[in-house]
Amino acid sequence: MEHTLDAQRSISADNAIVIKGLRKSFNKLTVLNGIDLCVKRGTVLALLGPNGAGKTTTIRILSTLLLPDSGHAVIHGFDVVREANKVRSLIGLTGQYAAVDEYLTGEENLLMIGRLYRLSHQDIKRRTQKLLELFDLMESSDRPVKTYSGGMRRRLDLAVSLIAAPPIIFLDEPTTGLDPRSRLIMWDIIEQLVAAGTTILLTTQDMDEADRLADKIIVIDGGKIIAEGTSDELKQQVGSERLEITIAEASSFEKAKRVAYDAGLYLDGKTRTLSLAATKGGGVHQLKQVLSRLDEAGVDVENVSFHRPTLDDVFLTLTGHRTEQQPNIEIEKQKVQK
Amino acid sequence: MTTPTFVTSVQTEKRSKVFWAFSDSWVLAKRSIKHITRNLDQLFSIGLFPIMFFLLFNYVFGGAINTGDLSYINYLVPGILVQMLAFGSNYTTLNLAIDLQRGIVDRFRSLPMARSALLVGHVSADLFRNTISGLIVLGVSFLLGFQPVAGPVEWILVLCLAALFSFAISWLSAIMGLLVKSMEAAQWTGFIIIFPLTFVSSAFVPTDTMPEALQIFAENQPLTQVIEAIRGWLVGSPIGDSGWLGFAWCVGIIVVSMPVATWLFRRQALR
Repeated sequence: MEHTLDAQRSISADNAIVIKGLRKSFNKLTVLNGIDLCVKRGTVLALLGPNGAGKTTTIRILSTLLLPDSGHAVIHGFDVVREANKVRSLIGLTGQYAAVDEYLTGEENLLMIGRLYRLSHQDIKRRTQKLLELFDLMESSDRPVKTYSGGMRRRLDLAVSLIAAPPIIFLDEPTTGLDPRSRLIMWDIIEQLVAAGTTILLTTQDMDEADRLADKIIVIDGGKIIAEGTSDELKQQVGSERLEITIAEASSFEKAKRVAYDAGLYLDGKTRTLSLAATKGGGVHQLKQVLSRLDEAGVDVENVSFHRPTLDDVFLTLTGHRTEQQPNIEIEKQKVQK
Repeated sequence: MTTPTFVTSVQTEKRSKVFWAFSDSWVLAKRSIKHITRNLDQLFSIGLFPIMFFLLFNYVFGGAINTGDLSYINYLVPGILVQMLAFGSNYTTLNLAIDLQRGIVDRFRSLPMARSALLVGHVSADLFRNTISGLIVLGVSFLLGFQPVAGPVEWILVLCLAALFSFAISWLSAIMGLLVKSMEAAQWTGFIIIFPLTFVSSAFVPTDTMPEALQIFAENQPLTQVIEAIRGWLVGSPIGDSGWLGFAWCVGIIVVSMPVATWLFRRQALR
């Protein structure tokens, strides 16, 4: 027993979170089927996956809300099952639904949770004022939360989980359902937290979010890790970003085909598109060349568009099935080309 | 916004476990009490219910009910008092179910706080609510001609038993709140358990006109004991064994339901 604890602590010297062989089933439904992962201190790990992939279950186990069937999860050297109370004073949790009290004011919410984290009254007051300022909630601090907008609630929810300045924060789909502006504000705050040295584990369904915030991305599906790496590494597995040129209906297909052939590109006869890799610098240069050659050949261009791999592409490539999002016409097109 | 402001050293206070158990319960009791004072609907029903029951029973049914030497209003006051305490204590079921449906219970569970504090918070709020509705009941009853004969000792006994009874029903309600799966269910469980208990009792009518089976139940169930005890102390009706039986029932309910509710709450936490 002591021996394994020591081993766990030494593994977690650099790692804020270590998970080994985590499994969880509800009745007969397997939700986590052996998850292993590490999160280095001061970094952001994004768990990317569709609904029901096991993202929230992982977070619930890590935040001591749920017992795993088997496997270990260790946070700063403390086991989430055996040393749950030590873990609880190290973590902040922001769930999918803003977990704040509707009838209390924003300020009262912060004061209440601060005391439940067992901070001193002085610290609670100081932190509350600071967080209200930082999250732009000062003006509404004495209004009941039920009068807040969705974006304000999420901001308050995150502020509440930061009241004790925990070194580790779990964000379960922090921007799902937020309008674009609120979403950017949340991203900005999260980036500042990371800059200040906080370790973050976040779940998301959104490739852009993972892309912008995460140092490392783990893709899970059906309770298993199906890919991991940096955002660039994952995109390489999936296919790189591409630029597409669509030839106008009226122009000569043959002429366009010759230009494409000379540039070493393939012109798709059905969609009348030319596709080229959007590598940094080179892609734009090639695009210019191709466009001017088409122009010289008298071929009209209808449209130039930029395509980046989406979460759906990742899933199509890695698992052969799509996420449960609504069908995306853009992706349908790309599939036809492949 | 500057970056270093997020991470500052904060001190957690070093105190005993017992201190924190009380502190956490107090923090959550304050929360639940604020819910009462900020939710006008709840406050409204606390005031309205006793007045309606008084008017209904005293003026509509009262004339047809024979309570012997006692005037009907003197008979009725202890009954309505206990009924209101039982209804008031049932809010724990609803408020716990509401908390469980929202994300806030997850937040509480992820904190290093005492596990039972949330339950204690709701139960304490019931006590606060019942104090208000108890005062309203007594206020209205004096307007309608209630004439108690209780001395200081009897009033203190009434107060203690009323508080203990409120506490007992709240813990029982906590169990229901933890077992129900939806808010709708939370509303009707209280109704099907508390409602028959208050009506099949000596709250509004003497039990001796009831059919035999009902009478046996009515005379031996905890609410009747509590009502008879309070009635005896307030207006001097024969009290029998009801005094100590009332206390015994309440203590018994608390001793059983408090650990069961806490156990259910922990078990739910790890579902």
